[in-house]
Amino acid sequence: MNIDRLNLGRRALLGTAAAASLPAVGRAQASGLKIGVLTDLSGPYKDLAGPLAVECVRLALEDYGAAAKGMKVDVVAADHQNKPDVGAGIARQWFDQDGVDLIVEVANSGVALAVAGVAKDKNKVYLNSGAATSDLTAAQCNANTIHWAYDTYMLAKSTGGALAKAGGNSWFFITADYAFGKALQRDTTGFITANGGKVVGSIAYPFPGTTDFSSMLLQAQSSGAKVLGIANAGTDTINTIKQAKEFGITMTLAGLLLFISDVHALGLETAQGIALTDSFYWDHNARTRAFSERLKPKAPAARPTMVHAGVYSSTLHYLKTATAAGMGVMKGPGTEVVARMKAMPTDDDCFGPGSIRIDGRKIHPSYLWEIKKPSESKGPWDYYKPIATTPADQAFRPLNEGGCPLAKA
Amino acid sequence: MMGFSRPQLVALAVMIAVIVAAPFAAYPVFLMKVMCFALFACAFNLLIGYVGLLSFGHAAYFGMGCYVSAYAAKSWGLSAELCVILGFATGAALGAVFGAIAIKRQGIYFSMITLALAQMVYFFATQAAFTGGEDGIQQVPRAPVLGFISMQNDLAIYALVAVVFLGGFLLIHRIIHSPFGQVLKAIRENEPRAISLGYRVNDYKLMAFVLSTGIAGAAGGLKSLVFGIATLTDVTWQASGEIVLTTLLGGLGTVFGPVIGAVIINTLEFYLAPFGSWVTVTQGVIFVACVMAFRRGVVGELGARIKVAL
Repeated sequence: MNIDRLNLGRRALLGTAAAASLPAVGRAQASGLKIGVLTDLSGPYKDLAGPLAVECVRLALEDYGAAAKGMKVDVVAADHQNKPDVGAGIARQWFDQDGVDLIVEVANSGVALAVAGVAKDKNKVYLNSGAATSDLTAAQCNANTIHWAYDTYMLAKSTGGALAKAGGNSWFFITADYAFGKALQRDTTGFITANGGKVVGSIAYPFPGTTDFSSMLLQAQSSGAKVLGIANAGTDTINTIKQAKEFGITMTLAGLLLFISDVHALGLETAQGIALTDSFYWDHNARTRAFSERLKPKAPAARPTMVHAGVYSSTLHYLKTATAAGMGVMKGPGTEVVARMKAMPTDDDCFGPGSIRIDGRKIHPSYLWEIKKPSESKGPWDYYKPIATTPADQAFRPLNEGGCPLAKA
Repeated sequence: MMGFSRPQLVALAVMIAVIVAAPFAAYPVFLMKVMCFALFACAFNLLIGYVGLLSFGHAAYFGMGCYVSAYAAKSWGLSAELCVILGFATGAALGAVFGAIAIKRQGIYFSMITLALAQMVYFFATQAAFTGGEDGIQQVPRAPVLGFISMQNDLAIYALVAVVFLGGFLLIHRIIHSPFGQVLKAIRENEPRAISLGYRVNDYKLMAFVLSTGIAGAAGGLKSLVFGIATLTDVTWQASGEIVLTTLLGGLGTVFGPVIGAVIINTLEFYLAPFGSWVTVTQGVIFVACVMAFRRGVVGELGARIKVAL
C-alpha cells in the first residue's frame, strides 16, 4: 500500500514535470523570429555599420508591417569588438541559448568568416552586409550564408575596370602590406590590364602603424601615372587622402574601399574628385531617396551607407520569405530557409530588383562615383555624381570562378 | 598533499566542484573560454609571480599555439590531444629561443625585449601564408580525442578542456612547490644572493620561461579547438596586456589568483559585449582601482584577510 502510494506519487510527479515542461516547449516554438545584429558598435566601422544598422533592421520590420501581419520579431544587437573569437562566441550563444534565428551585418571580414562557420555548424541563417571579403562566396561559402551588399571583387572590378575604361589607364598603388591590401591590389590590377590600362608602380607599406604617407605620395606623383589606387581601409585610407590633399597630388585618387561615411568625415574640400564604388547611394533615384527619408527620423544627422542598405534589404527579403514559407520552415534548418530565399527574386527600395545566386551571392548592379566639388554640392550629404554603371550580370565574380562547392553541385 | 596546504585543498575542491557543476548552470562555451584564459594566466603567473619576470609578450606563445594547433587540426587532421601537445611544443620552442635572448637582461629591459620579440611574431602572423593573415584560420574542425572520441557535443569538449586545465593547473602548482620552485622564489627575492649560493640563475629562469610559454601555447591550442578559429587577436600586444591585467587583478604570486582574474575579465567581456566600448572603459577603471586600492589582487587581499596563502 505504502509502496503503491509512493509509486503513484513519483508518477504523478513525473507527470507534473512533463506537463510543466510542455507548455514551455510550445511557447518557444510559437514565439516568432529573433534577429541578431552583430556589428561594430565601438570601433572603426561604427559609422559605416554600427547603431544605424540596428535601426535599418527595425525600419525593415516597420516597412514590411511585421507587427500588423501578426509576425512577432525580436531584435537584439551586440558589439563584436572586431575580434573574431568574440564575434563567434556571441553568435554561438545567440544560436544556442537566446533563440536567435538570423544574424545580419558583421562588418569585419575575419569576424564574418568566423560567424559564417558558426551559422553552418548550428544550421541557422547568416546574411552578411558589412564584410568585404569575397571568400564568403568562394572556397569558404556555405549553404547558410548570403553575402549581400558588396564584396572585394565588385569593388576591384568597378573601380579598376570601369575607371580604366573611362580614361584612367595608368595606375600607381599605395598598398597596405597584408592579405586584404595585397588581394585588393592584385584583383584591381587584373581589371585594369584587361581594360587596356597599365600599372606603372606600387608601394607596399607596413601595416598597421603607418601614419606618414608623404614619401609614397611623392613617388606616386613622380611616376606620371594618372590614377592613384589606395588599397587600404579605414583610418589608413583617410590619412592617405588627407596627405595627398596636403601635398597637392594632382592624380585621380581611387579609393578601393571607401564609404560615404568616410567621405563625410573627410569633407568635400579634401575628398573632391576621388573615384569610388558603391552599390547604393542614398540620392541615386526616387526609391533610394524614399528609403533614406524613412530612415531619417531614426538618425537625422547621418545618411545610410551601402552596408546599411544591405542590412535593410536582406532583412526585408528574409521577412518576405517568412510570409511565403511559413513559420514551420523559418524555425527549421537554416539551409532550407536560405534555399527558399534564393528561390525568390528580391526587390526593395535600396537595390531595386535583384536575385540571389546559388553560391550565396546577392546580385545587383554596382556604380562608380566621383565625389563632387564643394561648389557642385547642394547641401549636406550631396556628395556623389555617377561615372559608370556595371550591370548586375557583370558586377560580381562569375559563378564558376569562385571555387564554391555549392556552385559545382 | 602535493604541496597543498589545507585551505588550498579546500579551495581546490571548491574549484573542481564548480568546474563539474558549472556547465549545467552556465553556457559551456563561455566556461571553456574562461578555462583557456585561466590556464594562460596561470602560466603567466608562474613567471611574474614566482620568478619576478614580467614577460610583456606572452600572447605570442598563446597565439602561435592557437595557429599551429588550428592548422594541425584543419590541414593535417590530427586528433585533439596531439593538437594541444603541438600547441605546447610550439610555445615551448618559441619560449626557448626568445627566453634565451630576453633573460640576458633584467627588469624593464627584459620586458621590452619580450615585447619586441612578440611584435615580430605578430608581424610574422600577418604575413605568413599559413595563418591566413587578418582573416585567420577559419572553420577549424573540433578534432576527436585519440581519433575516435567525438568532440561535437559541447559537454564532451568541455570535459577535455577541464582535464587539460586541471592538469596544467596542478603541474604549475607542483612546479612552484618543488625544490626547483624554491630556487625560483629565491631568485625572485634576491638574485645576487641566489648566484652567490651557487645557483646558475639563468638556467633556472630559462627553464621557468620555457615551462610558462609551453603551457601558454597549450592553452592557445585548446582555445582554437573550442572556437574553431585562430586569429590575429590572440597575438596582439593587447592580448599580452590583458593577461597582465587578468593576473594582477586576481593576485600576483597566488595559485588561485589568475583563475579568479580570468573569470572576472572574461565575464566582463562577455556580458558587456552588447554595450560596446563599455568593455574597455570598465577594464580600465578596474585596472586603476586594482592598482590604487588592492594591489595584492582579489585573491591576494582575501588571503591576507583570512591569513592563509591561497
